[in-house]
Amino acid sequence: MEFLQYFGGVFEPLSFMLLLGGTVGGLILGATPGLSPTMAVALLIPFTFQLPATQGLILLGAAYTATVAGGAVSAILLKIPGAPANIATALDGHAMASQGRGTQALHVSFLASGVGGVTGVLLLIFLTPVLARWALAFGPSHLFWMAILGVTVIGSLDSRSFVKGLLSGCLGLWLSMIGYDDIQGAQRFIFHDSLTGGINIITALIGIFAIPQIIEMLARGRTEHILRTISTGRQSLMSSLRLLSKNVRALSIGTVVGSIIGLIPGVGGQIAGLLAYDQTRKFSPDPGSFGKGNPAGVIAAESANNAMVGPSLVPLLTLSIPGSPTAAVLLGGLLIHGIFPGSDLFDNYPEVAWTFINSMLIGQLLMVVFGIWIASYAARIAHVPPPIMAAAVMVLALFGSYSVQQSMGDVYIMLTLGVSMYLLEKVGFSAAPLVLGLILGPIAEANFIQGSMIANAMDGPVDYFLTGPLNLTLVGLVLASIAWSYFSSRRSNQYIARASEQPGHASGPESGNAKDSPPGVSP
Amino acid sequence: MKKRLLMTAVLAAATLTGSVQALAEGYPERPVSMMVSYGAGGATDFQARIVTMMAGNEDYLTQPIVIINKPGAGGRVGWNWFATEADNDGYTVAAYNIPHFIAQSIEGGVKYDAGSFEPIANWGADPAVVVVGADSEYNTIEELLGFARENPGKVTVSGAGLYVGHHIAALQIEKAIGGKLAYIPTKGGGAAAMKAVIAGDVIAGINNLSDAYRARESGSVKILAVADMARSEEFLPDVPTLMESGFDVDNASVNFRGIMVPAGTPAQVIEKLADRVPAMFEDARVAKQMAAGGSPMKIMRREEVQAMWDARQKTLAELLAGLK
Repeated sequence: MEFLQYFGGVFEPLSFMLLLGGTVGGLILGATPGLSPTMAVALLIPFTFQLPATQGLILLGAAYTATVAGGAVSAILLKIPGAPANIATALDGHAMASQGRGTQALHVSFLASGVGGVTGVLLLIFLTPVLARWALAFGPSHLFWMAILGVTVIGSLDSRSFVKGLLSGCLGLWLSMIGYDDIQGAQRFIFHDSLTGGINIITALIGIFAIPQIIEMLARGRTEHILRTISTGRQSLMSSLRLLSKNVRALSIGTVVGSIIGLIPGVGGQIAGLLAYDQTRKFSPDPGSFGKGNPAGVIAAESANNAMVGPSLVPLLTLSIPGSPTAAVLLGGLLIHGIFPGSDLFDNYPEVAWTFINSMLIGQLLMVVFGIWIASYAARIAHVPPPIMAAAVMVLALFGSYSVQQSMGDVYIMLTLGVSMYLLEKVGFSAAPLVLGLILGPIAEANFIQGSMIANAMDGPVDYFLTGPLNLTLVGLVLASIAWSYFSSRRSNQYIARASEQPGHASGPESGNAKDSPPGVSP
Repeated sequence: MKKRLLMTAVLAAATLTGSVQALAEGYPERPVSMMVSYGAGGATDFQARIVTMMAGNEDYLTQPIVIINKPGAGGRVGWNWFATEADNDGYTVAAYNIPHFIAQSIEGGVKYDAGSFEPIANWGADPAVVVVGADSEYNTIEELLGFARENPGKVTVSGAGLYVGHHIAALQIEKAIGGKLAYIPTKGGGAAAMKAVIAGDVIAGINNLSDAYRARESGSVKILAVADMARSEEFLPDVPTLMESGFDVDNASVNFRGIMVPAGTPAQVIEKLADRVPAMFEDARVAKQMAAGGSPMKIMRREEVQAMWDARQKTLAELLAGLK
């Protein structure tokens, strides 16, 4: 309970002002496509040069917390996930927004973020020593199996056809191979300078999610019908709270998965949201409703990606190992004030360390308050007529992809990916599995090659990859996940077959993208 | 018509020469951008931000330096861009990492070599060190490398990638012991390589002195040796160099960081930068922040850096020749 002594530090006037500023600023930065939490924190570091260590860290902690949650805003309203963590949020969140339930989607997203985030920080406060050992338990072989576990999700994610889902995933895996491979020193598919560094994930997210949507909006033309905007009903906070309480299962799955996966250095933050989303769907009585505006999807994804924030700092604070790119930037922020994280951090600098963690706890609550306040305004974006919206999103997409590394090449890559994705969606491929392939490819590949190199120096690959309790557990989970997908797809096929006999069965406007709009039909 | 065209061309040429002259005299009149070819938050980026924070001061450049990150492919993306696309008017400078970019240019497949850039000054030198986990059975470098000599290819050693200082140090050690190590390059830089050592994924690691020093302070690793000509009196006075332990490994793997401009930058601009930048590095506030971060400084003037680049070019060409 030592941390309680240090709450005073958070409420000093300057500290609290920074906390407020960091939270509001973080929400706005997070909501801007192309600005990932990592970049937002990196941009703030120079400001902390002038501040005392504690206050500098309060600013960084608040900004980190808020940008992760802020990414949900663009995911829900524009279907552009701000960071890989928000991909799963976009699936159901945007469907909800286009049904006129944008405010509600934002409400549950921030509430779920708050619950997940507070749980994560509490884990950081109470269980750090235990968790530190867990974070180190994952070697290359385990990370490889983790990535494969992620791959098993690919086929069933946001796709009507299992085979096309898998093919989209393969395409993503191939795209992830482009660029210079730093483990074997090979150049792969580099036909142009802009591809030397591979395809940046933020650039890809913007292209793949935003561009098809822009084209879709413009292709509909300027008929009276199109210019009439979606009607948004008033959605009170109370109804959103009730919705959250009805989805306790999604909330707990999200929080638990996020906290556990978030700990694993190098993998956690990227896939926590997607794995939580997938688990929630598998345990749901109505898996078919996911991707069509089921709030449970938003709740699972957002609680997971904020639950991951606290635990992802465990390896940083105890072992000085940054577990995620954002943690690496925070490490820089600590060092610049002469603070070396490590097992004796809490003995040497208790004030700095605890005030920082406490500020993240308070930051989570402030984020919920401001998020909900912003939600009612932000959701008005849904009132903007599609042609104007398309132009605005296009500007954001161009700026966002350029700003990732000040490179025009990234803009061209973004546009190419976007236009290709539009065509692929026309024939029934989907974006989410493709992006998942793009994220998991490098993790699986790098860890497999590293693992094999280590295995060759030891007792061989079979021994290295297939023995030990953790490897076997993960292999078991992979098999269970595949089996579950197989049986549930058979079950839902029967379900769909039955449902199609009853006309008027619920189907949102986003549903049946592939079936409803065959390539031949033009407006 | 033809005459007028010619006149215009002459006039334009005159204005252009004039403006180049004026440019060099008043330089710098606007903020200077500095390209860092590694991601925000990495060691190079972090140090670059500290050493340039005083640039706006009257005694130094009078204009601030803005950091632009162009990460990717171990630095190749940024340096390719800098060699081919950056303006050589002095308003775009870059951070260099030696031996990285020289080793990469020898390996091939990039659009630069040491001749594409002009050094300005060096700010830091981070030697590579050999580390093992805190509970490792090896306590001295002789024990570890003795075992490696008798068991070729059995000692797994993590490092930050290919053709970086860690890789060069591993190659030099292999040469010195006349046997193979299992060098495991990690994606995600020095931090990921250090994690592999602390978690016991690998037997040993080669990492940056600054990071290893912090890891030792937190009780996670033992540092067995430094790959430099002399011990680090400031941070690790108790750790021997590889050389004094009887292994023929010099300082070719030391990670030097500094500022450079593209070849073809006006001489006056280079002169002014070479004059003011070392003074900027020597600023007391810079030194304080660098020391706080555990980043060893080594300030070298332009002439010294040129000599160092030439020496590296020679050593690395010999070392890497055997690799292909």
